[in-house]
Amino acid sequence: MDGFFTISEAKAMFEKGEISPAELASKVAEKIDKVEGKVKAFVNTYCDEMLDKAKGLKEPKTPLWGLPIAVKDNICIKGKETTCSSKILKGFIPPYDATVAERLSAAGYLLVGKTNLDEFAMGSSTENSGLFTTHNPWDLSRVPGGSSGGSAAAVAAGECVAAVGSDTGGSIRQPASFCGVVGLKPTYGRVSRFGLVAFASSLDQIGPITRTAYDAAYLLSVIGGHDPRDSTSAKVEPFSFENAVKEGVKGLVVGIPKEYFSEGLDPEVKEKVEGAISQLEDLGVRVEEISLPHSPYGVATYYLVATAEASSNLARYDGVKYGYRAEGVKDLMEMYLETRSKGFGDEVKRRIMLGTYALSSGYYDAYYLKAQKVRTLIKRDFDKAFETCDAIVTPTSPTPAFKIGEKMDDPLTMYLSDIYTISVNLAGIPAVSIPCGFSSDNLPIGLQIIGRPFDEETILRLAHNYQMVTDHHTKIPPCGGE
Amino acid sequence: MEYEAVIGLEVHAQLRTDSKIFCSCSTSFGADPNTHTCPVCLGMPGVLPVLNERVMELAMKASLALNCTINPMSVFARKNYFYPDLPKGYQISQYELPLAEHGWIEIETEEYGKRRVGITRVHVEEDAGKNIHGGPDDPHSYVDLNRTGVPLIEIVSEPDIRHPEEARLYMQKLRMILRYVGASNADMEKGELRCDANISIRPKGSTELGVKTEIKNMNSFRHVQRALEYEIERQIEAVEAGERIVQETRLWNVEKGITESMRSKEEAHDYRYFPDPDLVPYVVSDEMLERVRSELPELPDAKKERFIEQYGLSSYDASLLISSREMADFFEEAAAACSSPKAVSNWMLGDLAGHMNADGADIEDLRFSPKDLARLVTLVDEGKISGKQAKEVLTVMYREGKDPDTVVKEKGMEQISDEAALIEVIKKVIAENPTEVEKFKAGKKKVVGFFVGQVMRATQNKANPKVVNQLLVKLLEEA
Repeated sequence: MDGFFTISEAKAMFEKGEISPAELASKVAEKIDKVEGKVKAFVNTYCDEMLDKAKGLKEPKTPLWGLPIAVKDNICIKGKETTCSSKILKGFIPPYDATVAERLSAAGYLLVGKTNLDEFAMGSSTENSGLFTTHNPWDLSRVPGGSSGGSAAAVAAGECVAAVGSDTGGSIRQPASFCGVVGLKPTYGRVSRFGLVAFASSLDQIGPITRTAYDAAYLLSVIGGHDPRDSTSAKVEPFSFENAVKEGVKGLVVGIPKEYFSEGLDPEVKEKVEGAISQLEDLGVRVEEISLPHSPYGVATYYLVATAEASSNLARYDGVKYGYRAEGVKDLMEMYLETRSKGFGDEVKRRIMLGTYALSSGYYDAYYLKAQKVRTLIKRDFDKAFETCDAIVTPTSPTPAFKIGEKMDDPLTMYLSDIYTISVNLAGIPAVSIPCGFSSDNLPIGLQIIGRPFDEETILRLAHNYQMVTDHHTKIPPCGGE
Repeated sequence: MEYEAVIGLEVHAQLRTDSKIFCSCSTSFGADPNTHTCPVCLGMPGVLPVLNERVMELAMKASLALNCTINPMSVFARKNYFYPDLPKGYQISQYELPLAEHGWIEIETEEYGKRRVGITRVHVEEDAGKNIHGGPDDPHSYVDLNRTGVPLIEIVSEPDIRHPEEARLYMQKLRMILRYVGASNADMEKGELRCDANISIRPKGSTELGVKTEIKNMNSFRHVQRALEYEIERQIEAVEAGERIVQETRLWNVEKGITESMRSKEEAHDYRYFPDPDLVPYVVSDEMLERVRSELPELPDAKKERFIEQYGLSSYDASLLISSREMADFFEEAAAACSSPKAVSNWMLGDLAGHMNADGADIEDLRFSPKDLARLVTLVDEGKISGKQAKEVLTVMYREGKDPDTVVKEKGMEQISDEAALIEVIKKVIAENPTEVEKFKAGKKKVVGFFVGQVMRATQNKANPKVVNQLLVKLLEEA
C-alpha cells in the first residue's frame, strides 16, 4: 500500500508527525514519475511547484493542509493553462480562479496538476480528448471512463490523494466506477459552478473523486456552499461532514429501481451490485423494489437538453478573443468556420450541431421544449420514490471499463454507458459511485447510491458504512502498484 | 389612392446604473477601449452572470411609468448569434416572459389630436460591444467591449402609430418619461436611446396589414421623422408603380436622406432563443412592486394637468414647463416664493428660455436659484424696478449668477417711488417748461408724455413711471 494515501490517512500521519507534507508530495511526485507515462492522467503537472509549496507550508493546519490534489482541466485556476482538453483552448490561461479552486487554495491544498478529460467534458472514455487518451490503471488497454477519466485514473494510480471532477451526465461517477474509486456528484447548486467551463449549465456540477466515501464527504465539506458569483448556487443548510460519517444506516430504506436491472446490464455487474445490496441489508437497511418509469427516456432527453445548452455555451470559442484562431483566412466568416472546424473535435462538433438543431425555429417545441417536459417527469419519478425511500441503489454503469477504441465508431453505444447516471443530472439530485467488487477480468465495478436533493449526507453515510465492512476500495490497481 | 402608414417602434434605452447588468464593471461613457471589462463581460470560459438588482428596479420604474403590468416572474433568455462584438456568442435578453407588458403612452399633435400608443412589452437585456474598422490603410477591425453588458430596456410599441410626426412625438414622450423616473438619460446622441421602426402602408380604411420593412440607424428625433416620411413615400411609389414591397431591413442613410436595403428576410438570423440556464427566473414580490411604485415621481401628464389647474397656466405653457422634471421643479420652487406664478412662467419661457437656447444650456446649468427668479418677479410687482430693468437684471443673473437685489443695487436701479422726492423734481420740471404747461392747459393731454420723459431724464430713469404719471397729471392741473 506504500504510495497510496487517503485524505484521512495523510491527515492522521501529519498529525502524528509520521510524514511531512514535503515527504508526501515527494511520494506523489515519484509515483507520477513512475506511472504517468503509462496512465497519462494529466494535461499538466506542477510537481516542482507542489514540492516547493509543501516545503514552505506553515501551521496552523487548514482543512486540506499539505494534501496533493488534482483538478480536472475544465476548472479554471488563475495563471494555469486551462484547456478543457481542447485544441481550441490550448494555451488559454485564465486570469481568475474558479470558486472551487479558490476554496481548495484557502484550505491549503497542493495542486498536483490538471487532469485530462473528454474535450469539454463530452464523452465517457477520455478518447474524445483533443490532446490524448488516458489509460485505466487497472488495465492499460482500457479506458478510464469519462469525462473525468484523468481525475479518476490519477486517484486510482496514486498520483494524488484526491481529485475534483465535473459531472454533467455521469462524468464523475462512471470513471470512478471504471477506476475503482469513489466519485460524488453533488446536488445541483451545492457546489459553485463559477470558473467551471460550461458544457451544459443546467446539469454541470463539480464533485470529489477520492479513495473513500469518508474522503468524498470531507472534500465536499470544503468545496461546497453558497457562492454569490453563481446565481444557481443554492442557499441551503451547509453539508454536514459529521452527519455523513458518524452515524449508522440501520432502518434506512433503499429503493431498487427495476428499470435499472433489465436488458443491457452485464451479468457480472448485476451480480456484484446485488451482492452489495444484500450487504447493505446485513447492515440493517430495508430494501424495497421501486419503479422509475420514465428512465428509458433519460438518455434521449439528456442529449437534447445538454447539446442545446452546449451549442450556446461553446459559441464563445470563435477565435476572436482567446485560444486558437485559424490563420490565413480571408474574412470574418472564414475565420469563424476555420477556427471552429479545426479547433473542435468530432464529438464536440456533433453535439453543437445536435443542439443547434434542437433549438432551431420550428424544431424548438418538438425537441428542446419536449425534452424539458420529460425532464420534469423524470424528476417526479424520483420525488415519488423518495416519498418511501431514503436512497436509491443502482449499478453505476452497465459494464466495467471497455477497451480503448471499442466504442469510438458508435457514439450511441458510447452514450449508453451513461444510461444509469444521466437521469440523476436531469433531476438535479446527488449520487455517489463506490467500488462494489471486481469482474472476472479484475476490473472494478461501481455501485451508485442516489439521494434526495441536498441529502448528500444519507448517501455518503450508506457508502461509508458499506466501506467499513468491505475492502473493494482498498485494492490497488496493477499499474500504480507495480 | 390615399394610403395610411402603420408604424411600430422598437426602442432601446440605456438604464442609468453605475455598473453593468451582470458584473461590476463601470458603465461610464468614453473610456479607453476595453478598460471597463472583466472576465464576465468578456465572456471568458467558466464565468457566470449575476444580475444587478438596480437594473431591475429602474426597468420596473420605467415600465410602471409606461402604464405596463409587471409580470410576477420574468425569464432571461439567450439570443444566439455570432459577431465579434458579442463575446459570449449570445446576448442575454428576455424573450417569452418579459419583465412587463400591456402599457401605453399618450401623445398629442395639433393635426391628429390626442392618441394612445400601446406598448406591447418592456424587456431587459445587455448591450453588445462595438466593432471599429480600420481606415483605408489598415485592414484590421477592432473590438471595444466597454459597452458589453451595459443594461438596456427594449420598449416595443404596438403598431398604433400612423404618422412620422407621431413617431417623433412618441420618442420624445418616451424620453421625457424615462428621464422623469430616472431610469435613463435617454440621450439619443450618446446612443442612450435608439430606435428601430417597423413600417408598412395600406389603403386608407383597410384593416389588413401590408408587408413591413424594418428601418434602422435613425439616431435623432428629427431623423426618426424624416426616415419614416421617406420610407412611406418610397413604399407608396413602389405600390403605385405596381411593385411589391419586400420584407427586409433597411438602413437610414443620413447623408443621402434615403433608406437603403441592408438584408432580406431570408438572410435574417435564427436566434435560437432559450432560457438562460445560468440565471434563475426573476420574481417580483408584492412588497418590491409597492416600494418601486411608491418611489415613482409625479409623471409628466399628471404634472401638466396640475400646473394648468393650480397655477392657471395655458396648456401650451404648462407643457413647456413640464418638459423636464428639473424645469418643472424650478418653476414650482420659484412660484411658491412669489405671488405671481404666471409671471414666473413668462420669465422662464420668455427671456430665460432665450438665454438658455442661445447657449444650449439646461435648467441644471443655471447659476441662480428659483428663489432668485421669484425675487425678481417680486421686485417688478412691488414697483421697485421696471419690467425693462428686470430684463437687464435677469441677463446679469444668468451670466454672473448674482441675486437680483445685488444686481439692482450695483446698477443703481432702485426706482424712486417716494412721492415727496418726486414732487420736488416734477415741480422743477414744470417750472422749467412754461410753454408745454400752457399746451396742457389748452387741452393737449399728450404733453404729459413729454413731462414724464423729462422727469425720467432728471432722475436717470430711476423714477417709478407709474407714480410719476399720477403725480404729473395732478400737479399740471394745479399749475
